[in-house]
Amino acid sequence: MFAEWPLLTLVMWTPLVGAVLVALVGDAFPQGARRLALACAVLTLAWCIPLVVHFDPHSAALQFVEQVVWIAPLGIHYALGVDGISLPLIVLTSLINVLVIIAAWEAVKQQVAHYLAAFLALAGLMNGVFAAQDAILFYVLFEAMLIPMFLIIGIWGGPNRIYATLKFFLYTFLGSVLMLIALIYLYTQAGSFALTDLHAVPLGMTAQILIFLAFFGAFAVKIPMWPVHTWLPDAHVEAPTGGSVVLAAIMLKIGGYGFLRFSLPITPDAAAALDWLMITFSLVAIVYIGFVALAQQDMKKLIAYSSIAHMGFVTLGTFIIFMIYYGSHSAALPTALDSSAPLPQGAVLALSGAMVQMISHGLISAALFFCVGALYSRLHSRQINDYGGVVQTMPWFAALFVLFAMANAGLPGTSGFVGELLVILASFKAHPLIAVLAATTLILGAAYSLWLIKRVVFGPIVAPRVAELHDLSAREAWVLGLLAALVLLLGLWPAPLLHMMHTTLEHLLAHVAVSKLL
Amino acid sequence: MDGVYLSIVLAPLVGALVAGLWGRQIGRRGAQSVTILGVGIAFGLSVWVFWAHVFGGAPVYNETVYTWLVSDGIRFEIGFLVDNLTALMMLVVTFVSLMVHIYTIGYMRDDPGYQRFFSYISLFTFAMLMLVMANNFLQLFFGWEAVGLVSYLLIGFWHQRPSAVHANLKAFIVNRVGDFGFILGIAALVLYTGTLDYAATFAQVEGLREAQVPLWAGYETSLLTLACILLFIGAMGKSAQVPLHVWLPDSMEGPTPISALIHAATMVTAGIFMVARLSPLFEASPTTLSVILIIGALSAFFMGLLGLVQHDIKRVVAFSTLSQLGYMTVALGASAYAAGLFHLMTHAFFKALLFLAAGSVIIAMHHEQDMRRMGGLWRVMPITYVTALIGALALIGFPGMSGFFSKDAIIEAVALSTLPGAGFAYVLILAGVFVTALYTFRMIFMVFHQPPGTRSTSSADDHHAQLASHDHTHDHHHAQPELRTPDAERVLRAPSHTPHESPPVVTIPLILLAIPSVLAGLVVGPLLFGDFFDGVLTVDPARDVLAQLGESYSGIGGFILHGLMMPPVWLALSGVALAWLLYLHRPHWPGVIAARLRWVQAVLLRQYGFDAFNAKVLAGGSVALGRLLWRVGDRTVIDGWLVNGSARSIGALAQRIRRLQSGYLYHYAFAMILGLLIFGLMLW
Repeated sequence: MFAEWPLLTLVMWTPLVGAVLVALVGDAFPQGARRLALACAVLTLAWCIPLVVHFDPHSAALQFVEQVVWIAPLGIHYALGVDGISLPLIVLTSLINVLVIIAAWEAVKQQVAHYLAAFLALAGLMNGVFAAQDAILFYVLFEAMLIPMFLIIGIWGGPNRIYATLKFFLYTFLGSVLMLIALIYLYTQAGSFALTDLHAVPLGMTAQILIFLAFFGAFAVKIPMWPVHTWLPDAHVEAPTGGSVVLAAIMLKIGGYGFLRFSLPITPDAAAALDWLMITFSLVAIVYIGFVALAQQDMKKLIAYSSIAHMGFVTLGTFIIFMIYYGSHSAALPTALDSSAPLPQGAVLALSGAMVQMISHGLISAALFFCVGALYSRLHSRQINDYGGVVQTMPWFAALFVLFAMANAGLPGTSGFVGELLVILASFKAHPLIAVLAATTLILGAAYSLWLIKRVVFGPIVAPRVAELHDLSAREAWVLGLLAALVLLLGLWPAPLLHMMHTTLEHLLAHVAVSKLL
Repeated sequence: MDGVYLSIVLAPLVGALVAGLWGRQIGRRGAQSVTILGVGIAFGLSVWVFWAHVFGGAPVYNETVYTWLVSDGIRFEIGFLVDNLTALMMLVVTFVSLMVHIYTIGYMRDDPGYQRFFSYISLFTFAMLMLVMANNFLQLFFGWEAVGLVSYLLIGFWHQRPSAVHANLKAFIVNRVGDFGFILGIAALVLYTGTLDYAATFAQVEGLREAQVPLWAGYETSLLTLACILLFIGAMGKSAQVPLHVWLPDSMEGPTPISALIHAATMVTAGIFMVARLSPLFEASPTTLSVILIIGALSAFFMGLLGLVQHDIKRVVAFSTLSQLGYMTVALGASAYAAGLFHLMTHAFFKALLFLAAGSVIIAMHHEQDMRRMGGLWRVMPITYVTALIGALALIGFPGMSGFFSKDAIIEAVALSTLPGAGFAYVLILAGVFVTALYTFRMIFMVFHQPPGTRSTSSADDHHAQLASHDHTHDHHHAQPELRTPDAERVLRAPSHTPHESPPVVTIPLILLAIPSVLAGLVVGPLLFGDFFDGVLTVDPARDVLAQLGESYSGIGGFILHGLMMPPVWLALSGVALAWLLYLHRPHWPGVIAARLRWVQAVLLRQYGFDAFNAKVLAGGSVALGRLLWRVGDRTVIDGWLVNGSARSIGALAQRIRRLQSGYLYHYAFAMILGLLIFGLMLW
């Protein structure tokens, strides 16, 4: 019965309306605000069930499409729809939103209602970003999303929050303004803002390169790619726990999503011509940032840098496809596919790996930031040196923290392994040396993740305050336990997720493998 | 059969989960019962499977359990391959694991982490079974990393001890270096074969012989050689071959039962198993075989030498394990896979026995591990003594003991091998036999025979307290009493301080392991020269050294008689004689020798400097590099110059532009007219 409902509007607007209601309840009734916020978040997640159940994974077409004219003279529509790329991200967003609201139950003391309202609004906007099928709608939501995050860091953040928020806002805003220019140019060419029309419009090489760079400005900052990544560690350090969780788990993925939804299909020739640059940046992110993470003393900074390195796999998987198909010399794309000679294996692996890495990192980074939050709420320190021997006072916490660190290091059986494996396999096909550099994450990831564990969890108790810690509360245990279960489930049986996006990715690859030049 | 195989792997897993998650509720007795029951079921069924395959003629089982994922037409699956090799490995793994489970009841009796320990060793059994039963590379890698995880958890079992958590981090990262090679090796194969399945990969070997991989501009290399070398790097990590051996000595920080189970009998042999399992690939790359020969021979000899200067009883056995793994590796390099696997099996029995016997001694000595403080124990602990002696004789290859057959077969096979490097390897492993006997009986004599108190720990031959860096458990016990381990506390609570024989839960596993340590060699005929491994191992007929050996094989008696006429036996016996001379007859000589050859001793105590190099250059260098990249790359260049720099320059620009807003009307009027003019010109 739900299949006929406007499910995408519901996943987008339930939290947005909820945000207004929660703000209206206000800080005078914190308990009421919490319950209402949780109800809205759970309802949003509940809408995802029929979405997943009725989603047809064998179709590459957009599903659950809704379209209403929004600004008629400019041909702007309120157009929503999902395919195998966006649906998993919507489910992830809705899920993380519930966890963030549960985790904030006791941890947030000031202005609870506004805090929760900001997160609900954020979730609604992000769900909208993933569902939007109109470029302007996407752009508006993409920009609007910055506002609640700006407030979350600016109001509930740490001592240096003003510098961090400004850096975060300016960095990401600058990038997205470039994207707006590109979208307007595309409108002049295609006469429409519908994404499917933009995907189809032929473009000259110069135009493609410029548009590609404009998109790069928006999405590379968001994901973030080296060398435009330095806003992320600062934002994470200053953000409250929930802010860090959403930032790492969802907002970064919007960058990866943008590359898949905009850069690849709209400017395939430019992407093929500049793939060497993107691959280089990705490998720098994996290797260089891996070393930088090793040197961190602040737990949140360490996880933030680890996020950048993990996102390197997303961009590597996304842009390696041309090398797999057409060799290493940024060759021009063919004007039509030769059906007699099938394209070589590997590209689907690469894109699947990038997608799985996004979902998996959403779970693992959320869990790691929740873990740091659990420690921070007890000792009010993020410095690794203030800890040591935590396992003796918090054994259950320690077990889960070790699990998530292992997942972060890509241990098989956890979700962290799946994406890295697929991308490493695929990149070997492109060039063995790329795979060698990518595979250094096995060593570096283990080194920074487990060294963190060694210094925080194991060893003798040095700080007297650690001796007085108490283990996870029931609420914290539920949040981390659920994430642990999902990390293991996805690691032990990723087939359903792969199945959900397989057709969409093949369709995307077939589109991208052919030139769009005029 | 599906149900049987699934039960074999799942029974230990269920035990591990129950003991791990509900350990507090079910208590010590509950945890030990549920895990021993799980492993017991796995062992019982493994015996049955072994019987069915080896004697019952059961067909090779090769089926998928479930599909992990499908992408790009490549199926990633979890599935079992059970043939004679698998059945043998299952038997060895579950048997040793069961013995260790029982032994643990005694060894960990008073440890507060009792349930957790049982949970870990059962989890290990599950992971190891998944590894040996895999029918594809994916599951192999799963098991591979899972045993590494449990090893990490168990080395750091006493997590309050700084040396233990240092050792487990080191073990995991060094293993990851191996896995780095391993996963690249898998990647090299998969994208050319389109499958992860062993059988399907082997079927394509002929077609891959000519395949080339571009490395960099204009330089190509053979796909199979590249893949095999990368896979072997994985084996080097797990099976602790030079230079990736550094983690194994430190792994002795873990409780003794796991040293026996994981770091001697099973996990460390995973690399040997893997190469044998993939023999069709390795046979196609003689270059790789030469590399394997040389690496194995270096490990066999040079790691054995290190055992000569150790005083910690567990570390002597650990270096012996490194050396014996070298022997197995050499066998693989000589294409004598069956001999390598045979030695793997006999070694699993006698080395687990030696470790557990060492543990029994350590309990008796109230957690003293320094052999110089031991002596004369043969009277007070007769069962431990006899079983340890059996283990030692098997280790040195005393004629008739299990190790004699397996080691002799390896040495003879290498003698026949014609690969480049075989001569070099032969000399080293022959010399290694002498070294093995010397360090083994040095240990036996010091622990069981020397009069107690002959050697003070500050005698002339001891400079290791200053030299060996950090990782002697007893040092920590003495240096930092406030960090007393649960282990040490148990000592203090122990009722008496005179050594005595260990309880039956400890001695019965010793006896049960001693039996195969003596007898396992008797299967030499069918295993090496018969049809046991037919259809499992592939050997290029031109290099089939075991077949050449088999031509002159005429039964056990003949094998022993032949062995008596060959150098290894006499080298071993002279090693024992020298040990007797140095450690019983003239006990002050070692000190004199050490004083004369101080630099040799220093090199050996520093373990050739691998640890120092790794700690300073690799670990220290990586952190320093990270700091440099962070300070210079991120903070100075990107943030300092580009981000904040552009913010500053925009600020400076604004300062200037602001002057335009002067407030004078004529300035504005002028600007307006100028603007209109330009606009007009553009339109025109």
